[in-house]
Amino acid sequence: MTQQEALFNYLLRLGDNALILSYRLGEWSSNAPYLEEDLALTNIALDLTGRADALLRYAGQIEGKGRTEDDLAFKRDERHFYNNLITELPNGDFAATIARQLLYSTFDLLLYEALTKSSDATIAGIAEKAIKETKYHIRHCTQWMYRLGDGTEESHKRTQTALDELWMFTGELFEMDEVDNVLIKDGIAVDLQSLRSRWNERVSETIVTSTLTRPTDGYMQSGSRKGVHSEYLGFILSEMQYLPRAYPDAKW
Amino acid sequence: MLSRDEIYSIISVIPDPEIPVITIADLGILRGVEVTGNSCTITITPTYSGCPAMKVIEDDIKSCLLENGISDVNVKLVYSPAWTTDWINPAAKERLNAYGIAPPKPLIEIDLLAGKTEVIVCPLCGSKNTVEIAHHASTACKALFKCLDCREPFDHFKSH
Repeated sequence: MTQQEALFNYLLRLGDNALILSYRLGEWSSNAPYLEEDLALTNIALDLTGRADALLRYAGQIEGKGRTEDDLAFKRDERHFYNNLITELPNGDFAATIARQLLYSTFDLLLYEALTKSSDATIAGIAEKAIKETKYHIRHCTQWMYRLGDGTEESHKRTQTALDELWMFTGELFEMDEVDNVLIKDGIAVDLQSLRSRWNERVSETIVTSTLTRPTDGYMQSGSRKGVHSEYLGFILSEMQYLPRAYPDAKW
Repeated sequence: MLSRDEIYSIISVIPDPEIPVITIADLGILRGVEVTGNSCTITITPTYSGCPAMKVIEDDIKSCLLENGISDVNVKLVYSPAWTTDWINPAAKERLNAYGIAPPKPLIEIDLLAGKTEVIVCPLCGSKNTVEIAHHASTACKALFKCLDCREPFDHFKSH
């Protein structure tokens, strides 16, 4: 695998995670518990769309075949998406959305903090921007974790159930393959295993403060590195890609 | 062809599409102007990654320069160094306040993760007796506050 191929794939992973999670969060528009929360979740979605835009644009440049960020977002099939499975899972109830935000955004912050030191200047620049916004995302879900976990019996139960059900999708976040190894050698990518203990500490701390129990590590679901997804991604893409595929040259 | 400085002064007065009392230069998102022959490259940096105003600003820059006879314009988006509200100049912060938006504070020691709340002065009556209603509000860059003395809600441009 050449460095160019590895970098293209790596940028798709980063960009797809931002794009698909953004899509899920956007589904809360007009459905959140109250108006301010609608705005919070869709604002977070907007940050992620902006990030996906920058990453996929750069991926297109690296690939060098003239594909734009829109081509990559709207004209790629499911098996060529590399987002982690946790980002494509249905939102579930509000507690499940908040629990995913905690598990995923904590990973995002550690990853992008490390990527600010990437030898690739474009990735480092995007990362510098990303960490400022991800801090807001973590602040948002942490406050909700406290309120839901330490709230009513019902909110506690639902948040614990959400953590238990999402836990088997967290192992995949730290998986590495040849793509990572090729890029780590040149200081472009991050050794994901080196983030794991800090992720665990931070997530556990919030869970415990929320009077909840950290699930125990067991079977971990996997597949996204190879483009193998849950049944949910296809439904997302069929909706998200409908317009550009039905009217390929449509312009605003 | 106009000089770099002339081009800069022409486009620096372009207002922000969301907050027309401040310009793109006031905001600190206009990062550079380069002139090569008959073309010029304008470098801007986004406030937030997904800020929808960026596309409008890009179009505004192009149409403003076209009016001045420059059609070969490339608008480049850079992410580093990351934009901060510390780049908004003091006069613009005063204009924000007069417009009814409580301006951002200097970033020194604001710990975003800890979620500490800052004391924000009501832009309408000057009271410090204010409370945050929503951290995410009308745009990504603003939070919604309310004043407990004059009872009016107001936007606060978040320190970022």
